[in-house]
Amino acid sequence: MKSIEELERIRKETLEKINLRKDRTGIRIAVGMATCGIAAGARPVMMAILDELSKRNVTDVIVTETGCIGMCKLEPIVDVYVPGQEKVTYVKVDEKKARQIVVEHVINGHPIREWTIENYE
Amino acid sequence: MKELALYILDLAQNSIRAEAKNIYIEINIDTSKDMLKVCIEDDGCGMNEELLKKVVDPFVTTRKERKVGLGIPFFKELVEQCGGKFEIFSEEGKGTKIRGTFKLSSIDLIPIGDMSSTIVSLILSDPEIDIVYRFKKDEYEFLFDTKQFRKVLKEVSLNEISVLNWIREYVKENMEV
Repeated sequence: MKSIEELERIRKETLEKINLRKDRTGIRIAVGMATCGIAAGARPVMMAILDELSKRNVTDVIVTETGCIGMCKLEPIVDVYVPGQEKVTYVKVDEKKARQIVVEHVINGHPIREWTIENYE
Repeated sequence: MKELALYILDLAQNSIRAEAKNIYIEINIDTSKDMLKVCIEDDGCGMNEELLKKVVDPFVTTRKERKVGLGIPFFKELVEQCGGKFEIFSEEGKGTKIRGTFKLSSIDLIPIGDMSSTIVSLILSDPEIDIVYRFKKDEYEFLFDTKQFRKVLKEVSLNEISVLNWIREYVKENMEV
Protein backbone atom coordinates (compact mmCIF):
# COMPACT_ATOMS: atom_id res chain seq x y z
CA MET A 1 0.00 0.00 0.00
CA LYS A 2 1.30 3.42 -0.94
CA SER A 3 1.94 5.72 1.99
CA ILE A 4 2.76 9.38 2.50
CA GLU A 5 6.14 8.27 3.95
CA GLU A 6 6.91 6.78 0.56
CA LEU A 7 6.24 10.18 -1.01
CA GLU A 8 9.11 11.57 1.07
CA ARG A 9 11.45 9.04 -0.59
CA ILE A 10 10.08 10.00 -4.04
CA ARG A 11 10.80 13.64 -3.17
CA LYS A 12 14.44 12.90 -2.39
CA GLU A 13 14.94 10.81 -5.52
CA THR A 14 13.22 13.40 -7.73
CA LEU A 15 15.26 16.19 -6.21
CA GLU A 16 18.48 14.36 -7.08
CA LYS A 17 17.29 13.95 -10.67
CA ILE A 18 16.30 17.63 -10.88
CA ASN A 19 19.78 18.63 -9.68
CA LEU A 20 21.36 16.36 -12.28
CA ARG A 21 19.46 17.99 -15.15
CA LYS A 22 22.26 19.99 -16.66
CA ASP A 23 20.65 21.25 -19.80
CA ARG A 24 16.88 21.35 -19.77
CA THR A 25 15.40 20.41 -23.13
CA GLY A 26 12.42 22.73 -22.66
CA ILE A 27 10.27 20.35 -24.70
CA ARG A 28 6.55 20.59 -24.01
CA ILE A 29 3.80 18.17 -25.02
CA ALA A 30 0.22 19.49 -24.89
CA VAL A 31 -2.84 17.26 -25.18
CA GLY A 32 -6.24 18.70 -26.18
CA MET A 33 -8.44 18.26 -23.09
CA ALA A 34 -11.75 19.93 -23.88
CA THR A 35 -14.99 17.88 -24.03
CA CYS A 36 -14.22 16.86 -27.63
CA GLY A 37 -10.71 15.70 -26.75
CA ILE A 38 -11.80 13.81 -23.63
CA ALA A 39 -14.66 12.08 -25.49
CA ALA A 40 -12.26 11.07 -28.28
CA GLY A 41 -9.73 9.51 -25.87
CA ALA A 42 -7.37 12.29 -24.75
CA ARG A 43 -6.98 10.93 -21.22
CA PRO A 44 -5.50 7.52 -22.20
CA VAL A 45 -3.29 9.37 -24.71
CA MET A 46 -1.99 11.62 -21.93
CA MET A 47 -1.41 8.61 -19.67
CA ALA A 48 0.45 6.77 -22.48
CA ILE A 49 2.74 9.80 -23.00
CA LEU A 50 3.44 9.94 -19.28
CA ASP A 51 4.10 6.21 -19.11
CA GLU A 52 6.44 6.21 -22.11
CA LEU A 53 8.45 9.16 -20.74
CA SER A 54 8.63 7.45 -17.38
CA LYS A 55 9.74 4.10 -18.88
CA ARG A 56 12.50 5.84 -20.78
CA ASN A 57 13.56 7.84 -17.77
CA VAL A 58 12.86 11.19 -19.43
CA THR A 59 12.20 13.63 -16.62
CA ASP A 60 12.64 17.06 -18.17
CA VAL A 61 9.74 17.14 -20.63
CA ILE A 62 6.63 19.02 -19.58
CA VAL A 63 3.29 17.35 -20.26
CA THR A 64 0.30 19.67 -20.17
CA GLU A 65 -3.15 20.25 -21.65
CA THR A 66 -4.54 22.61 -24.21
CA GLY A 67 -8.10 23.63 -24.99
CA CYS A 68 -10.19 23.12 -28.10
CA ILE A 69 -8.84 24.56 -31.34
CA GLY A 70 -12.15 24.15 -33.14
CA MET A 71 -11.18 20.98 -34.97
CA CYS A 72 -13.08 18.57 -32.75
CA LYS A 73 -13.29 15.81 -35.36
CA LEU A 74 -9.49 15.56 -35.40
CA GLU A 75 -9.17 14.94 -31.66
CA PRO A 76 -7.26 13.63 -29.78
CA ILE A 77 -4.80 16.34 -30.80
CA VAL A 78 -1.25 16.48 -29.44
CA ASP A 79 1.09 19.45 -29.88
CA VAL A 80 4.85 19.02 -29.51
CA TYR A 81 6.87 22.17 -28.81
CA VAL A 82 10.63 21.91 -29.23
CA PRO A 83 12.52 25.16 -28.52
CA GLY A 84 13.78 26.80 -31.71
CA GLN A 85 11.49 24.72 -33.89
CA GLU A 86 7.98 25.18 -35.18
CA LYS A 87 5.16 23.53 -33.21
CA VAL A 88 4.12 20.12 -34.57
CA THR A 89 0.43 19.23 -34.29
CA TYR A 90 -0.53 15.56 -34.39
CA VAL A 91 -4.16 14.61 -35.03
CA LYS A 92 -6.28 11.55 -34.29
CA VAL A 93 -3.68 10.30 -31.85
CA ASP A 94 -4.23 7.05 -29.99
CA GLU A 95 -2.18 5.41 -27.23
CA LYS A 96 0.06 3.57 -29.69
CA LYS A 97 0.76 6.67 -31.77
CA ALA A 98 1.35 8.70 -28.59
CA ARG A 99 4.08 6.30 -27.47
CA GLN A 100 5.71 6.46 -30.89
CA ILE A 101 5.59 10.27 -30.90
CA VAL A 102 7.45 10.26 -27.58
CA VAL A 103 10.14 7.92 -28.89
CA GLU A 104 10.59 9.23 -32.45
CA HIS A 105 9.92 12.93 -32.02
CA VAL A 106 10.52 13.87 -28.38
CA ILE A 107 13.49 11.59 -27.70
CA ASN A 108 15.05 11.02 -31.16
CA GLY A 109 14.10 14.40 -32.65
CA HIS A 110 12.34 13.16 -35.77
CA PRO A 111 8.73 14.35 -36.14
CA ILE A 112 6.37 11.76 -37.66
CA ARG A 113 5.12 13.88 -40.56
CA GLU A 114 2.37 11.57 -41.80
CA TRP A 115 0.39 11.99 -38.56
CA THR A 116 0.50 15.77 -38.50
CA ILE A 117 -2.41 18.10 -39.21
CA GLU A 118 -0.82 19.26 -42.49
CA ASN A 119 -0.88 15.73 -43.83
CA TYR A 120 -4.34 14.80 -42.67
CA GLU A 121 -6.63 14.00 -45.59
CA MET B 1 -18.32 8.71 -22.54
CA LYS B 2 -18.19 5.41 -20.72
CA GLU B 3 -16.91 6.40 -17.28
CA LEU B 4 -18.11 8.84 -14.61
CA ALA B 5 -14.42 9.71 -14.21
CA LEU B 6 -14.39 11.15 -17.76
CA TYR B 7 -17.42 13.36 -17.05
CA ILE B 8 -15.70 14.51 -13.87
CA LEU B 9 -12.51 15.29 -15.81
CA ASP B 10 -14.53 17.29 -18.33
CA LEU B 11 -16.39 19.30 -15.68
CA ALA B 12 -13.23 19.93 -13.66
CA GLN B 13 -11.56 21.21 -16.85
CA ASN B 14 -14.26 23.91 -16.83
CA SER B 15 -13.11 24.80 -13.30
CA ILE B 16 -9.51 25.14 -14.54
CA ARG B 17 -10.68 27.40 -17.37
CA ALA B 18 -12.64 29.42 -14.81
CA GLU B 19 -9.27 30.05 -13.11
CA ALA B 20 -10.11 28.14 -9.96
CA LYS B 21 -7.43 27.81 -7.28
CA ASN B 22 -9.21 24.94 -5.55
CA ILE B 23 -11.30 22.10 -6.95
CA TYR B 24 -13.32 19.77 -4.74
CA ILE B 25 -14.49 16.45 -6.19
CA GLU B 26 -16.70 14.05 -4.32
CA ILE B 27 -18.09 10.62 -5.13
CA ASN B 28 -20.42 9.37 -2.44
CA ILE B 29 -22.05 5.95 -2.62
CA ASP B 30 -24.75 5.04 -0.14
CA THR B 31 -26.08 1.56 -0.87
CA SER B 32 -28.79 1.73 1.80
CA LYS B 33 -30.21 4.83 0.09
CA ASP B 34 -29.60 3.42 -3.42
CA MET B 35 -27.65 6.60 -4.19
CA LEU B 36 -24.46 7.67 -5.92
CA LYS B 37 -23.64 11.35 -5.67
CA VAL B 38 -21.05 13.18 -7.77
CA CYS B 39 -20.08 16.69 -6.79
CA ILE B 40 -17.61 19.10 -8.42
CA GLU B 41 -17.06 22.43 -6.76
CA ASP B 42 -14.62 25.23 -7.56
CA ASP B 43 -13.67 28.74 -6.51
CA GLY B 44 -13.31 29.98 -10.07
CA CYS B 45 -14.90 33.01 -11.72
CA GLY B 46 -18.43 31.59 -11.55
CA MET B 47 -21.30 32.62 -13.81
CA ASN B 48 -23.83 35.37 -13.76
CA GLU B 49 -27.52 34.50 -13.52
CA GLU B 50 -28.09 34.90 -17.24
CA LEU B 51 -25.34 32.44 -18.24
CA LEU B 52 -26.28 30.03 -15.43
CA LYS B 53 -29.81 29.76 -16.84
CA LYS B 54 -28.50 28.97 -20.31
CA VAL B 55 -25.54 26.76 -19.49
CA VAL B 56 -27.43 23.45 -19.80
CA ASP B 57 -28.21 24.37 -23.42
CA PRO B 58 -25.73 22.54 -25.72
CA PHE B 59 -25.64 25.57 -28.02
CA VAL B 60 -24.24 27.83 -25.35
CA THR B 61 -20.51 28.15 -24.69
CA THR B 62 -18.03 30.83 -23.67
CA ARG B 63 -15.54 29.51 -26.22
CA LYS B 64 -14.77 31.30 -29.44
CA GLU B 65 -13.45 28.24 -31.32
CA ARG B 66 -16.79 26.49 -31.67
CA LYS B 67 -20.45 27.17 -31.09
CA VAL B 68 -21.40 24.18 -28.96
CA GLY B 69 -20.70 23.49 -25.29
CA LEU B 70 -21.47 19.90 -24.43
CA GLY B 71 -19.78 19.23 -21.08
CA ILE B 72 -22.59 20.27 -18.73
CA PRO B 73 -25.48 19.10 -21.02
CA PHE B 74 -23.81 15.66 -21.36
CA PHE B 75 -23.59 15.28 -17.59
CA LYS B 76 -27.17 16.50 -17.03
CA GLU B 77 -28.42 14.07 -19.66
CA LEU B 78 -26.59 11.16 -18.01
CA VAL B 79 -27.93 11.98 -14.54
CA GLU B 80 -31.50 12.29 -15.79
CA GLN B 81 -31.23 9.12 -17.85
CA CYS B 82 -30.38 7.30 -14.61
CA GLY B 83 -33.46 8.67 -12.85
CA GLY B 84 -31.34 11.13 -10.91
CA LYS B 85 -31.23 14.81 -10.13
CA PHE B 86 -28.90 17.37 -11.67
CA GLU B 87 -28.15 20.62 -9.83
CA ILE B 88 -25.92 23.57 -10.62
CA PHE B 89 -25.15 26.54 -8.40
CA SER B 90 -22.94 29.42 -9.37
CA GLU B 91 -22.14 32.90 -8.24
CA GLU B 92 -20.06 35.36 -10.19
CA GLY B 93 -16.68 35.84 -8.54
CA LYS B 94 -17.25 33.01 -6.07
CA GLY B 95 -17.36 29.75 -7.99
CA THR B 96 -19.52 26.96 -9.31
CA LYS B 97 -20.90 23.76 -7.85
CA ILE B 98 -22.33 20.92 -9.91
CA ARG B 99 -24.07 17.98 -8.31
CA GLY B 100 -25.47 14.83 -9.85
CA THR B 101 -27.42 12.45 -7.63
CA PHE B 102 -27.82 9.10 -9.35
CA LYS B 103 -30.00 6.13 -8.57
CA LEU B 104 -27.37 3.48 -7.81
CA SER B 105 -29.50 0.62 -9.12
CA SER B 106 -30.21 2.33 -12.45
CA ILE B 107 -29.27 0.06 -15.36
CA ASP B 108 -28.11 3.15 -17.26
CA LEU B 109 -25.54 4.07 -14.62
CA ILE B 110 -22.02 3.79 -16.02
CA PRO B 111 -18.99 2.67 -13.94
CA ILE B 112 -16.95 5.20 -11.95
CA GLY B 113 -13.95 4.26 -14.07
CA ASP B 114 -10.36 5.39 -13.73
CA MET B 115 -10.37 8.24 -11.20
CA SER B 116 -6.59 7.97 -10.75
CA SER B 117 -5.99 8.95 -14.40
CA THR B 118 -8.57 11.73 -14.13
CA ILE B 119 -6.78 13.24 -11.12
CA VAL B 120 -3.35 12.92 -12.74
CA SER B 121 -4.71 14.59 -15.92
CA LEU B 122 -6.07 17.46 -13.83
CA ILE B 123 -2.74 17.95 -12.06
CA LEU B 124 -0.97 17.99 -15.45
CA SER B 125 -3.48 20.53 -16.73
CA ASP B 126 -2.61 22.94 -13.94
CA PRO B 127 -0.14 21.81 -11.25
CA GLU B 128 -0.78 24.97 -9.21
CA ILE B 129 -4.42 24.12 -8.49
CA ASP B 130 -5.22 22.32 -5.26
CA ILE B 131 -7.47 19.32 -5.62
CA VAL B 132 -9.41 17.64 -2.87
CA TYR B 133 -11.00 14.35 -3.80
CA ARG B 134 -13.29 12.56 -1.39
CA PHE B 135 -14.46 9.04 -2.17
CA LYS B 136 -17.08 7.58 0.13
CA LYS B 137 -18.65 4.17 -0.11
CA ASP B 138 -20.91 3.44 2.83
CA GLU B 139 -18.53 3.21 5.84
CA TYR B 140 -15.34 3.53 3.76
CA GLU B 141 -13.80 6.94 3.12
CA PHE B 142 -10.72 8.00 1.19
CA LEU B 143 -9.59 11.61 1.25
CA PHE B 144 -7.05 12.90 -1.25
CA ASP B 145 -5.65 16.40 -0.81
CA THR B 146 -2.86 17.88 -2.94
CA LYS B 147 -2.10 20.37 -0.12
CA GLN B 148 -1.01 17.45 2.04
CA PHE B 149 1.35 16.24 -0.72
CA ARG B 150 2.80 19.72 -1.29
CA LYS B 151 3.79 19.83 2.37
CA VAL B 152 5.84 16.66 1.93
CA LEU B 153 7.19 17.49 -1.53
CA LYS B 154 8.25 21.08 -0.71
CA GLU B 155 10.26 22.37 -3.73
CA VAL B 156 9.36 19.35 -5.87
CA SER B 157 6.41 20.07 -8.11
CA LEU B 158 3.32 17.88 -8.30
CA ASN B 159 3.78 17.47 -12.07
CA GLU B 160 7.11 15.66 -11.83
CA ILE B 161 6.61 12.30 -13.56
CA SER B 162 7.81 10.27 -10.55
CA VAL B 163 5.32 12.08 -8.31
CA LEU B 164 2.47 11.62 -10.79
CA ASN B 165 3.20 7.89 -11.04
CA TRP B 166 3.02 7.65 -7.26
CA ILE B 167 -0.24 9.64 -7.12
CA ARG B 168 -1.78 7.44 -9.79
CA GLU B 169 -0.98 4.27 -7.86
CA TYR B 170 -2.01 5.84 -4.55
CA VAL B 171 -5.48 6.78 -5.81
CA LYS B 172 -5.90 3.46 -7.60
CA GLU B 173 -5.09 1.50 -4.45
CA ASN B 174 -7.44 3.52 -2.29
CA MET B 175 -10.33 3.20 -4.73
CA GLU B 176 -10.22 -0.60 -4.67
CA VAL B 177 -12.87 -1.33 -2.10
